[in-house]
Amino acid sequence: MKSSVARMIGFVAYRLLGMLIVLLIIAAITYIIFYLLPTNPARLSCGKPCTPENLQRVKEFMGYNSPWYTQFWDFLRGIVVGRTYGSGADAIVCPGPCFGYSFRLNDTVTNLILSRFPVTASIAVGAAIVWLLFGVAGGVIAALKRGTAIDRGVMGVAIAGVSAPSYLVGLLAILLFGFTLGWLPTGGYVPFAQNPLEWFTHLILPWCTLAFISGAIYARLTRGQMIEAMSEDYIRTARAKGLRESSVVFRHGLRNALIPVVTIFGLDLGALLGGAVIAEKIFSMQGLGALLLDAVSSLDLPVVVGFTMFSAFLIVFANFVVDLIYGVLDPRVKVRT
Amino acid sequence: MTTTLEAGEVSGRKTGFRQVVVQLRHDRWAFTSAIVIAVFVLAAVFAPVLTLVTGQDPYTYHLSALNNSGAPAGFGGGISATHWFGVEPLTGRDLFSIVLYGARTSLGVGISATILSVAVGVLVGLTAGFFGGWYDRIVSRIIDVMFGFPSLVFMISLTAIVAATFPRPVLIVLVIGFFGWPAVARVVRGQTLSLRERNFVTASTAMGAGSWHVLIRQLLPNVSATIIVYATILIPSMIGVEAALSFLGVGVPPPTPSWGRSIGDAIAWVQTDPLYLVFPGGALFLITLAFNGLGDGLRDALDPRSRGKLS
Repeated sequence: MKSSVARMIGFVAYRLLGMLIVLLIIAAITYIIFYLLPTNPARLSCGKPCTPENLQRVKEFMGYNSPWYTQFWDFLRGIVVGRTYGSGADAIVCPGPCFGYSFRLNDTVTNLILSRFPVTASIAVGAAIVWLLFGVAGGVIAALKRGTAIDRGVMGVAIAGVSAPSYLVGLLAILLFGFTLGWLPTGGYVPFAQNPLEWFTHLILPWCTLAFISGAIYARLTRGQMIEAMSEDYIRTARAKGLRESSVVFRHGLRNALIPVVTIFGLDLGALLGGAVIAEKIFSMQGLGALLLDAVSSLDLPVVVGFTMFSAFLIVFANFVVDLIYGVLDPRVKVRT
Repeated sequence: MTTTLEAGEVSGRKTGFRQVVVQLRHDRWAFTSAIVIAVFVLAAVFAPVLTLVTGQDPYTYHLSALNNSGAPAGFGGGISATHWFGVEPLTGRDLFSIVLYGARTSLGVGISATILSVAVGVLVGLTAGFFGGWYDRIVSRIIDVMFGFPSLVFMISLTAIVAATFPRPVLIVLVIGFFGWPAVARVVRGQTLSLRERNFVTASTAMGAGSWHVLIRQLLPNVSATIIVYATILIPSMIGVEAALSFLGVGVPPPTPSWGRSIGDAIAWVQTDPLYLVFPGGALFLITLAFNGLGDGLRDALDPRSRGKLS
């Protein structure tokens, strides 16, 4: 047993190291694309309207005068320990983790992200829970009732879900449940601390919209995996041992069918963030997506770069967590060095 | 779906494709999908001719077709003999023309981005699978990372830093195409790995063929069936991404018609003029459904194992 604990620590350390390398490479590539490719990043950071004085200030302030490697080093250091922009009385301290400073909004990118994060996280986490529940349940039911009307029904809904764009489904849902039936609010976000019930009702439509699209893929996947798993020898063995059918289905069938589902879920986290961005626009919520779109339209480069890098970090980290779960779920996955 | 393809079933060359066509004709769902796609492609190509029938174009304002609040006047968003799908709120532009020309944008961007993705994916996948070693390890790692990447966020960000003088549709194709290649590369790599050990490759190498000859003359034809399936599956997601970007306001710029942007504009009108959402949205849904249906059919025809599993 001791060695298995040591192996687990080795597995985690190995994955952690891999994650750090990936993060560093992503940071470098993102930095090159966003700060070195544009002919004049100071002009972009200056915002609209950009007066010559402002431009000069931005140049000195953001450190665009120094060579690129110094800039990149300052940026990386800023993410870990923070950094100070400018000097003297005008100096602005950006405590770590510092993803940049928006000259236009006069705030650190980290603060901006933190202030919007609850909105996007509420959408994304809730949607993921709903879609996993319905996707996996739908897939299992379809697999167990294979070839029946229930199976065809679930799969019919699934193919429609796969092909329907989320914004179309979302808008139709607003039209039906919001305007026509008047059951649910048509948009906006209420903080959980302010009113948990309102928070919930405002999020039902975004959750179900995203879950309908992604859950469809999971229903198809789970169904296929479940059918395959249920035809394996160990299922026959489990039945032969006289286990109850529910135990056979859940402990032996589903557990094995879920392994690829977890893999795909890890890969879909990036898409989940993208889905949340779209959902924010559909349901007029001011989350991270709205922050990014505003920054893009006002050419607020530090916010664009800072948020892009933050989202990449977030996803890579989330994948690291999924990898660990995967290691727990699948006894066959152990240290792979 | 990838596992079954990666298992390395390789259909023969000409006979394989002929068989696929025969099988597709018996697959009602795939056959209908193919017809729907053909109709959309024809509509896109002949959009100027079709709009001649009603004498409309997607750019002219018809303020007279609107009421005082800017909403289309009359039944169903202003449906009439001249405006078959009604008109756009605020501008009164002909929605039928917008949807028709929007098909050009969607299919044009979707297919171009797919070609780019497939070209890069095939090149990377073939070489990684064939040469192996550290090159393959690095490529596989890059593919892994790119798979889980928040690509939509990157795409939105990239549209901010490129000079305004750079043609937008080209930018969109490049950006979308860039994030699509890993899917193709992974499958092609898997197939190449299993093909590499086959006798015909060994024979070819033994006869003195160079690496590139083996890659292009021996391996490429054998993975072409897979490539076609994946291209078909990739097109609807590319169309979807273009529409999503346009929906978010960072896609093709106005006044170029785009289904995604029309749907985005429809947010404000969903209560007063729902048909403004339904026509472009329905078009987008139909074309995606059709490509998915054809892709499924092609996959079943090429890979008998997956069909057994799905039916």
